[in-house]
Amino acid sequence: MAESIVSLRNVTKTFAGGIKAVDDVSFDIAQNEFFALLGPSGCGKTTLLRMISGLETPTSGRIVIGGEDMALTPPNKRPTNMVFQSYAVFPHMTVADNVAYGLKVTGVPAEETRRRVGEALDMVKLTHLAARKPDQMSGGQRQRVALARALVKRPKVLLLDEPLSALDAKLRDEMRLELTRLQENVGITFIIVTHDQDEALSMASRIAVMDRGAVQQIATPSELYEQPASRFVADFIGKVNLINAEVVSSTAKKLVCDAKGLGKVELPHEGKAAGGTIAIAVRPEKLKISEAQPKAAKAIKAEGKVRDVAYYGDTSHVVVRCNDDLELSVNVQNDSRSGGSGVERGQKVWIHWAPEDTLVLTE
Amino acid sequence: MAETLKPGSGPLDYGNRWWLKILFVAIFVALYSPIFTLIAFSFNTDKRGVVWRGFTLDNYVKAWNNSALQEALINSLAIAFIATIIATIIGAMTALFLWRFRFPFKPAYEGVMALPIVIPEICMGVSLLLFFINTGMMEWSVGMPWPMNLINIIIAHVAFCFPFVAVVVRSRLVGFNRQLEEASKDLGASEWQTFWNVIVPFMMPGLVAGALLAFTLSLDDFVITFFTSGPETVTFPVKVYSLVRRGVSPEINAASTVLIVITVIATVIAMKLQAPQKSGEG
Repeated sequence: MAESIVSLRNVTKTFAGGIKAVDDVSFDIAQNEFFALLGPSGCGKTTLLRMISGLETPTSGRIVIGGEDMALTPPNKRPTNMVFQSYAVFPHMTVADNVAYGLKVTGVPAEETRRRVGEALDMVKLTHLAARKPDQMSGGQRQRVALARALVKRPKVLLLDEPLSALDAKLRDEMRLELTRLQENVGITFIIVTHDQDEALSMASRIAVMDRGAVQQIATPSELYEQPASRFVADFIGKVNLINAEVVSSTAKKLVCDAKGLGKVELPHEGKAAGGTIAIAVRPEKLKISEAQPKAAKAIKAEGKVRDVAYYGDTSHVVVRCNDDLELSVNVQNDSRSGGSGVERGQKVWIHWAPEDTLVLTE
Repeated sequence: MAETLKPGSGPLDYGNRWWLKILFVAIFVALYSPIFTLIAFSFNTDKRGVVWRGFTLDNYVKAWNNSALQEALINSLAIAFIATIIATIIGAMTALFLWRFRFPFKPAYEGVMALPIVIPEICMGVSLLLFFINTGMMEWSVGMPWPMNLINIIIAHVAFCFPFVAVVVRSRLVGFNRQLEEASKDLGASEWQTFWNVIVPFMMPGLVAGALLAFTLSLDDFVITFFTSGPETVTFPVKVYSLVRRGVSPEINAASTVLIVITVIATVIAMKLQAPQKSGEG
């Protein structure tokens, strides 16, 4: 990994009343990364971002940005800039004045300010609106102003607090693409806070999943999806069928467990031998559905009745009830025009999947 | 088939009920007919101002040439002007203080601060008079050159005007998006730069509205001014009062009309500026 631009060491934030918003968080973010802090609301991700920006001070721990300890540096002296959730575009200034603000207050010469403001507006394609006031603009345009205003300062790190949450679905997709492109063009480290897993998965190069103030896992999007470290991460990222299981025997390569409602299953397993209660998980799109009993000997199989079919155009989500303890969701690709999912409510079906598609979650 | 409602019988159709219309007109007449009469008679040619005899603008010319009235008007304007500036500054600072900080007994302080709004004017007048007499300011100010000889009245006016400014500015600040302040600091501005570049422009409509309110309150105040003015210092309302005691003349009508117009204009501007705006949401 390249040289780290932001490093957090045992950062903790306790608010008045003893609420721990961020609990002993340590990680490094490399130069040029598109890093996402992902978690449900109230998990401390925004507080963490605000501590990096200096708007909040950690109760304990160290924050180092670009090799310098930021403990005594106020927000206006930090090499970070933030795009706020409400955009916080100054309502009494024109777009150009908004973008120029950060340069003016720090005494950048007028000539240079003009040039850099021009470049920044160009970058977010707002040059034609430079003389407008923010109240004559749409949410998406205001967001671009906020972006230009932060980027014109040439920060080492750009912080984005839920940047897409206030936009409508179509604009969100557009902006998502644009943010990734922008990040590649300007070569600045982006840290984005979001509660939306799709946003994080599609944009970020690495994601830290947070829950109740602590980091649960830091990984690339595909690792996070295919190898979640815990039940929380598996459940939070994407859809998953979680089945509780008791370990029967376990070696370094193989694990046999008694899964609730499924019976004894044999799974490939790496790492430490496990014992006690675990969870096995399988993503809905890894499950296959068939009318006849599947032949593959090694597959994990279950018979059940279709309880629900939800049609989504490209896929159908089928819920199959196997027995009182087991209900599985299956995503079926609707790849032929005639059939849809090919199953109907109440129909008896078989479900099977490959043991290697099963995740073993010990935490 | 549902019954159709008769016009005016819907739950919110109050405006269509005949007795409400009559009540509306009656109230309007009671409130405004004296004022319109006063204005109308300011254009009357009759010397004693009782019977309508014809249209003229002479009364305005006469009122303008009345040196005593003129002096009183200049005093009033000077007092209103100076008191407004001071009251606006103190009021704005009070509002900022109450908005920004948490401290013990804050609700109590907020209540005490707003007290001059509800205290009977007569009580404030008496208390201020006693204050000025006991501190010797009553005698001291008499010998001062203009406009320092108005200092007592100015202080009194600031005392009852600044809570109005504070209340108006404070209600404006409630709508302030704190992220604007954070954004300013994040972009490299100091606390002081943030205050002048972001917070003050946001407060501006409230400041102007509060100032205009203070100006009109000060301009037409009678009770408190009556108590705190010295023998030599006469303001416009006090002068009008003393003239009226010697009988109503159309001149006074004309002068009062001017005062009404100034007050109404200032109030309308103040209300316009106080109207809810979207601009604060950023």
